[in-house]
This record gives sequence, C-alpha cells and structure tokens, in this order.
Amino acid sequence: MTWKQMFTSSVGKKLVMSFTGIFLILFLIVHAGLNACIWANDGGEMFNKAAHFMGGNWVPRILEVGLFAGLILHIVQGLMLESTNRKKRSTKYAVNYGNKGSKWYSRSMGILGILILLFLILHLSNFWLPNRSSQGLSLSGEIDLYAKMKETFATHSPVTAITILVYVLGCAALGYHLAHGFQSAFKTLGVHNKKYQQMLMAIGYVFSIVVCIAFAMMPLSFHFGWIS
Amino acid sequence: MEHYTMNLTLKVWRQKNAKSEGHLETYQVSDISSEMSFLEMFDVLNEQLIRDGKEPIAFDHDCREGICGMCSMYINGKPHGPWQANTTCQLHMRAFKDGDTIVVEPWRANAFPVVKDLVVDRTAFDRIIQAGGYVSVNTGNAVDGNAIPIEKDKADAAFAAAMCIGCGACVAACKNSSAMLFLSAKVSHLALLPQGAPERKSRVVNMVAQMDKEGFGACTNTGACEAACPKEISLSNIARLNQEYLTASLVSEK
Amino acid sequence: MLDAKIPSGPLENKWTDYKGHCKLVNPANKRKLEVIIVGTGLAGASAAASLGELGYKVKAFCFQDSPRRAHSIAAQGGINAAKNYQNDGDSVFRLFYDTIKGGDYRAREGNVHRLAEVSANIIDQCVAQGVPFAREYGGLLSNRSFGGTQVQRTFYAAGQTGQQLLIGAYQALERQVALGNVKMYSRHEMLEVVMVDGKARGIIARDLISGKLERHFGHAVLLCSGGYGNVFYLSTNAMGSNVTAAWKAHKQGAAFGNPCFTQIHPTCIPVSGDHQSKLTLMSESLRNDGRIWVPKKQGDSRKPNEIPEEERDYYLERRYPAFGNLVPRDVASRAAKERCDAGYGVGTSKQAVYLDYASAIERYGRTEASKHGLEQVSIEEIITMGKEVVKEKYGNLFDMYEKITGENPYEVPMRIYPAVHYTMGGLWVDYELMTTVKGLYALGEANFSDHGANRLGASALMQGLADGYFVIPYTIGNYLADEIYNKPISTDHEAFISAEKEVSRRLEQLMNIKGTTSVETFHKRLGKIMWDKCGMARNAKGLQEAISEIQQLKKEFWKDVKIPGAIDEFNPELDKAGRVADFIELGELMCIDALNREESCGGHFREEHQTEDGEAMRHDDKFMYVAAWEYKADHEWILHKEALHYDVIKPSQRNYK
Repeated sequence: MTWKQMFTSSVGKKLVMSFTGIFLILFLIVHAGLNACIWANDGGEMFNKAAHFMGGNWVPRILEVGLFAGLILHIVQGLMLESTNRKKRSTKYAVNYGNKGSKWYSRSMGILGILILLFLILHLSNFWLPNRSSQGLSLSGEIDLYAKMKETFATHSPVTAITILVYVLGCAALGYHLAHGFQSAFKTLGVHNKKYQQMLMAIGYVFSIVVCIAFAMMPLSFHFGWIS
Repeated sequence: MEHYTMNLTLKVWRQKNAKSEGHLETYQVSDISSEMSFLEMFDVLNEQLIRDGKEPIAFDHDCREGICGMCSMYINGKPHGPWQANTTCQLHMRAFKDGDTIVVEPWRANAFPVVKDLVVDRTAFDRIIQAGGYVSVNTGNAVDGNAIPIEKDKADAAFAAAMCIGCGACVAACKNSSAMLFLSAKVSHLALLPQGAPERKSRVVNMVAQMDKEGFGACTNTGACEAACPKEISLSNIARLNQEYLTASLVSEK
Repeated sequence: MLDAKIPSGPLENKWTDYKGHCKLVNPANKRKLEVIIVGTGLAGASAAASLGELGYKVKAFCFQDSPRRAHSIAAQGGINAAKNYQNDGDSVFRLFYDTIKGGDYRAREGNVHRLAEVSANIIDQCVAQGVPFAREYGGLLSNRSFGGTQVQRTFYAAGQTGQQLLIGAYQALERQVALGNVKMYSRHEMLEVVMVDGKARGIIARDLISGKLERHFGHAVLLCSGGYGNVFYLSTNAMGSNVTAAWKAHKQGAAFGNPCFTQIHPTCIPVSGDHQSKLTLMSESLRNDGRIWVPKKQGDSRKPNEIPEEERDYYLERRYPAFGNLVPRDVASRAAKERCDAGYGVGTSKQAVYLDYASAIERYGRTEASKHGLEQVSIEEIITMGKEVVKEKYGNLFDMYEKITGENPYEVPMRIYPAVHYTMGGLWVDYELMTTVKGLYALGEANFSDHGANRLGASALMQGLADGYFVIPYTIGNYLADEIYNKPISTDHEAFISAEKEVSRRLEQLMNIKGTTSVETFHKRLGKIMWDKCGMARNAKGLQEAISEIQQLKKEFWKDVKIPGAIDEFNPELDKAGRVADFIELGELMCIDALNREESCGGHFREEHQTEDGEAMRHDDKFMYVAAWEYKADHEWILHKEALHYDVIKPSQRNYK
C-alpha cells in the first residue's frame, strides 16, 4: 500500500487525526507545565525564564514549526472529515438517536474543534503574535510575557471580562474535545485490548479535566489576584 | 406479566421507489396487544391498509427470530427500537403504552438507498465481503479440523465478532454513516483465527477501500454503533481493525 | 419412472466407487457450462461456491436482499459428524445407523451412508473457512450430544451454529462472486423452469424490485430452495420461506417425494394470539435439563409455582421411563398434544405445557455448593448458584424466551408447544440428486432424500452442506460431461418466450382478481386446515375433509384474493400471493399423501394406526416405499413407488419406554 493510500483512506485520515492529536496532547503537557510556573509566586521570574527558553532557543523554535504544521493538519483534516462525513447521509432522520447511543461531545468534535480554533486565534493574538513580531526571525527581543499576561487578565474592564470568558469557554471546549479525543486517538492507533483501553480511557478523562482546569485557572488566577 | 391493549399513532416513512420523494405519513392503529411483536403490529396495520384499498407499507423482514438481519426499522430515533441488544422483529409491543406516538423511518445512509418505504438496499455489505471477507480455501482443500488447535479465548472472541448479522443498524446509528463496526467484525473474526492469517493484510486494506468506495463515512469512535448493535458487537473490534490496517500499511513493500 | 441409480456393490464402497467412475468435465469445458442455482442457504451457497471454484459459470438467485439471510441461519443446535474425536465409539456406520433409525426406516441406505461418510469432511472444510466452532481449553473442537444420541458427535457454535455455517458458505460464495465465477441475483424469485427437449434449460425469474421478468439459461438447474413448512402458516420457518421453486419444478414433471413427512418440533414458544405471524424454536438442548409437565387436574388455572409437586404430571417421564424428557422429537410432540387435547394444557390458550428448570437449578446449585465445600447453605443461596450455572449453559435461550413472552424463565416455568419445523419430504431425487426431470437437481431441505420420516437433531445442516460441498460437484459432472456438445441456448428460444408468457399471464391473472380478501387471510385459513387435519395427528376422515376444504379454498382464492399495487414495482403482497397459491396446491398433495400412507411412521402419525398405548405403528409390509407423486393436472396426481431395500440394517419398531 502506498503512503498516499495509507493516509487518504477513511482509516488513514483517522490515523492522521490520531497522530496529530497525540502530538498536540504532548504539546499541551509542555504548555501547561510551562505556564504553571506563574504559580511560583516569584513575580514571574521562573515563568519568564521558561518562556525565554521556548522563544529564545532554536530547538523549540524549530519544533514550533512542526507544531503549527501538526495543528494545521489536524484542523484541515478534521474539518474535511467532518464535512465529508456529514455528506454521507443526505436525508436526515426526523427523530435522532442523540445521547441514547453516544456522548454528545463525541458527536460534536467538529464544533468543539471550531470553538477551540476561535479561542486559539484570540490566544495567539494575545501572546504569541506580539512576542514573535517583536522577535522577528531572531532568537532575542522577547517581550515580558508575564507582564503581558497580567495586562491581559488582571485589569478590570469589559474587554478583560470578555477575554477571560472566552478563555474559560475555550478551555471547556478543549476539555470536552480531549475527553473524546484522547481515548479515540489510541483506539485509532489500534489499542483494542480491553485492559489498556480502560486505562487509557481513565487517563484521558483525568487528563482532560486536569489540563483544562489548569489552563482555565491561569487567567482566573491573575484576575482574582491569587498570584502575588 | 400483565397483558394489555393499546391504541397508537404511527408516523411511517412512505416512499414509492428509489427515485421518488418520501414523507412521513400518520396512521392510527387500535387494540394492539402488548404480546404482539412490533412487526406483527405492522402486519395488522398493513391488513388495515389493504382493507381500506391503500398500499401496504413495504418493510424488510424474514426470520422474525433475530438472526437473519433482514429487519431494519429506525424506531423513535433508534435502530431496532428502544430495547437493547435487540432486533426489530424481537421488539414486542409491551415496550410501548397506550396513546404513544411511534415514528418509524428507514435506515438512512447514502450507501443504503431506499428501495421503497422502509426497505433499503444493503448490497454494499455484500460487496465489502467480496473485497476480502473470507478465507481463500476451495472445497476439498481442508486439513483435519483438529490439526490446528486454537486458543479457546481467541476462538470465543472470533465467535463474538462473527455473530454480526449484517443488519446495518451500526450504519444507521452512526452520525457518519460509517460501516466500520460491520467491517471490523469480519476483519476481527478472521484476524483472530490462524485460518485467516495468510490473507490478513490484504483483507483489511481491500475491505476498507471497498467501504470507502461504497460511500460510507469514516469512523469517529462515538460508540453509537455498539449501542445500537443487536448482537452487541464490541467497539474494540474497530480498534483491532485499525491496528490491522496500520500494521498492513507499514509493512507493505510498495 | 423412478430409477434411484444407487451404485451397486457393498454399502461402504458405493460412494467411493461412484466417484472413481463418474464422468469428468475438463477445465476448459467447465468454463463453457452454465449452472443456475436457486436459493442460497447452506445447500445453495455451498454448491454455488464449490461449482464456481471448479470453473463452472454459475448464476445464483435468492429472494432476500443478500444470500446471508437464508433461513439456514436460524439453526441453533449444531451439526453432526462422525469424527469420533471423543473416543466414545462413534463411526460412519453408527451415524448412518442412527440416521436411518431416527428416520423410522423410510430413507435410502445408500444416500444416508454417503451422508455419514462426508460428514467429517464438512467439519474440516468449515474449520478451514474460519467457522468459529466451540473449542475446549486445549484448543481442540468441542462436541456435545444432541437429540438423545448415545455419542457426542455434534459440533456447535454456541446456539448459532446455522448462522456460523451459513456465513462460512456465504463468504465462500462471495469470494467466487468477486472472482467472477458466480453471478449473484438477490431479490429475485424463480417463477418457472424452462424446459427444452425434455431437459431443464433455464428459469424465468422475477426481479422483485422492478417486477420485471428475466430469462436465464443454464445447462443445469439446481433447486436449493429449502422446505415448505410455511404451508402451515405458523411454523418456525422464515416468513419468506416458500415452496414456489420446487412446486414449479413439480408441475414441469419433477416428482414430489413423501410430501406428508413433516417434522413438528416439541420445544417452541406457544402461540400468544391471532396476531401471531410465526413461531420461535427453543433449542432441543433445553430438554437435557428441563422437566416437562402439566397439572394433574384438568383446566387447572393456578399459577405454575402454586401447584404442588404431587399435583404435577411429568407425563414424558411417566410414559417413557427409559428416555424420559429425551425421547425423539416426534414422540415428545405428540405427547404434548395428547395432554393439551385432553384438557390439561396450560397458559391462556391452554395449548402449552410447562418446561421447568426449578429442579435443574436446585440440582446444579447443590453441585456447586459441594464443589466449593459449602455445607451450611440456605436453599436461596443454592438456587442463586444454580441459576448461575443454568445461565452459563442456556442463557441466550432464556433471554430469547423472556424477550418474546415477557416472563422470566428462571422464576416461572417456560411454556412450550410443538410447532412445524422441518419438512423431510421434497422433490424426489436419485442418488445423484437429480429429480425426475433431466438436468434439474434438488439439494438440501428441498429434496426428500436423507431423513426418512423423521429428522434427528443436528442433521439438517449436515445434509445441506454435504449436498452442496461434496455431492453435487461430483454428480453434476456426470451429467454435464455430455452437455459440452450442446451450445448455450439463446433466451430468445421459443421455450423461453412461452415460459415467460405463461408466468406473465399468471401474474396478471392474480392482479386482475381484485377481490376482497387479503393474501394473509387465505394463508391463515390454509394453515388452520393443515394444522388441524394434517398436523401432528392425522386420520382418514380429517384428511378427506381437508382435501375438499383446500379445493374450495383454492377456488375462493382465485376468485377473491385482493392484491394491492402493480406488477412492475416492488410488491411484497404479489410475491406472497404467488407463494400462497402454490402452498394451497401443495397442501392438497400433502393430504393426499398422508391419506395414502396408512401407517404411522416418524413425523407422520395416523390415528388409525397406533398401538394400544398410543404409540406409532409402522406397516413395513405395505409402506416400505418412497411415495413419489407425479403431477398430471389440477387436483390430479399419479403415485410412483420407489421400494426401499434394507441390505445392511434390519428395520425394527422404535421403542423408547
């Protein structure tokens, strides 16, 4: 079977989703770990150091290209899958199976994905874009991201309130997306042993809850002054 | 078990043939016994329609004991109706109560075009099997049945997958109209047995290709198929298919 | 007229000799020979696959949407084979002997011995196809005993053996379809055999979706269309099972063998009301542990659990102390009918007896308790443990019962009643499975051949697959070897045109009746006549009445049937009308045959011919023959007798006391 065949069949397309999904999950771990440094309560020193490593070292900067590639692949493939899958049933049912047969979020990966994408656009324009535009192609010239976070979340204005709301909703969408996506990715990779499936299912739920709460806590921590 | 009778309102999909447009039509049936099967209730309705000079409703059915896989109604939003692990023919009217409204639709998927009313064309499943759902052994080629011992657990697992009746409820239930549960049941059945080993790789690749060609959607592991399956074919068969597919594609020479 | 063509020589060499001497067709010629197969159950699918593999050009037809739906799929219990894996003394001879005896000495020795011989190959073939038979922990095939045989020779796949075997054959068939050797026509119904120069040369089939008639040529035509139990309206057959293909062949000259031999299965779920459309079988294996009883008092309306032990009549154990609840099907069925007719029946309809698991549950519970070394256990705990064991063994059957009846069989005894299950009769065929029409074959339940007057459990699957996989591939060559000189006949040939015209005329006639009564109503009426007068017990008076009632029914049918819709569309009512019309004609012949056979044997019980204590009485001196009926005209048949010779087995009266 050619590579093309492998990745363009219905199962192959899912493999792409699975590979990129797991890659993005790994990124989330790194991202959550780094951001957790804000809770070091040291005025952002540790956080900025970590952020500096990510932005000021060529290894993570190259990986970043891969990250975007993976992200775009995940999004494009996901949207295409969603749209082709929808076309497979031209006449809709009058009464739907709904939650009797499956979880709502497992059927809503497309919508959840789009919500996450919208959140992501805001998120990138808040932090990544100002930082990279300040840096250009060089490895120096980063902005103070801790201060940027403070500026974005700690002030009290309608814009901040909306931003925080979008962040929290974005995290919720991510949580539900992961609740299905995590275990589904492993099923697509072929984990069929019941024992491992159950384990991965449990890890998936814990992961999606913990990671998303952690992310959601960041803007909230700034806003409500839980960080000194 | 107390028996009772009921009056029901039925909304049934009527469509003259594959080319014409369809619509839901409302019918009243009365004095339906709780002991009747769902299809017997349809028999009563059809007799009523014939008496009134109208065309009876076409629906697929044959064995009426839950094994041939021919019956195929989508009842109140669920393939084969409200009971778990059940076929339409084994659904009995005690699942409903007096005054209920029941909506009955055909399986809906572009790969299963409507033939008439509630009858759909499921020959796509046959073509998927033709693509590789067999062991290539001519009559007379066989060695002694006990020549190849098979681990009991594996034989049991193969049997559990082979129990699929090919009714298509999985496709009807899936939001993507995917046939992956059907496909994976056959791939698992044969992949678990040593007899299926020689063609293991080509089988999964060819069957998936055929499924795509037939116009079924891709699987997104929602699990709706498993919940609707009258034979409780496990979703983990799909994961096994994925593994078979991944292995087959990685080790292929081309 | 009847030449069974049984090879000469010793019984055990007949088949080997035949295979060694029959004519062969060379591979290049096979490609030029076309074979039509009607029906794709075990016999049809296995024949289509095997002939396709050999290189013949095969066309297979089924009325369902896929060959995988054929009713062979519903067989539960298992398939017999003389493998002797259990080292318990089984052999080809013993399987042969049991089958002949079980059939009450009304089957051919030569055919049955061949069946026993190839039985072992069937298992090997199915295993090679990936049929997941039950296995032991060591990885080897598991066996169970079935239908009261003394050896464990039944191979099974839980309660779904028929399904697994059919799927195996179906997959082999689909493989040939993919290879282009077989062309599959699903949702097609055969409506006529086309005869050219006295040979079957093709069929007229109707595409059930478009309603169009099609002509198909074949050098040979194989009917694998199953049995005709639906003549009784209520049976365990699928709704679509019908006699039409066989009946059309019969009217074209194929003799019908032993039409009255019907098997009534004792353990079915009873009728619940007038709405009943079909009956569901519960595997015979339930009789291994369940005890069958009725109240000792007539018309007792108490709930079963309120009837004390001493007021229950375990009538099978009482009448047949040696075999008890395990007597053969025909005996168990008649005994249930006898009790119900005498007013001891249970349930709302009073047409049922109890099949009780209470004592089995307790027995298993006690065994479990002692296995675990428990001494001080309450009866409740014992029952809980017992239920677990019963669930393990019969869980799927109990679930099925509960789904249909809404009653929990672990708590309340099941209600069962006999139902029509299988028809031993069918198209008469010779040793080569050819009917009295040249080039026309019948395989599986559609032929009359191997089960005599009563079929033993787990032997229908065996026969269907034996015919399709291992018999027809040899015997058809013997005929087709001479056919290579005959070019395919164009379907524009006069015979095809007139056959199609006749089919078309009949369809139009049916549609034009425009009467007032639905097909279903006629079918129900026919079923009632057949069940009441040609069912489990028959007598001359009843049969004579039945014949005239059926003749009357036929007249009414052709005057008053109401078929909605049109010919040129998907029209299930029209399909059904054609089938019921044929059932009506068959029903008459069954009664004629039953009237002619003035003896009781196997499933055929004539009340005039019984012993003082109500057991069947055979008359070997007068009726040791196959009754093969030749169709002459409406209501007119000629009886041909094929005498049965028992060279190896000495017929004796069956005794289960």
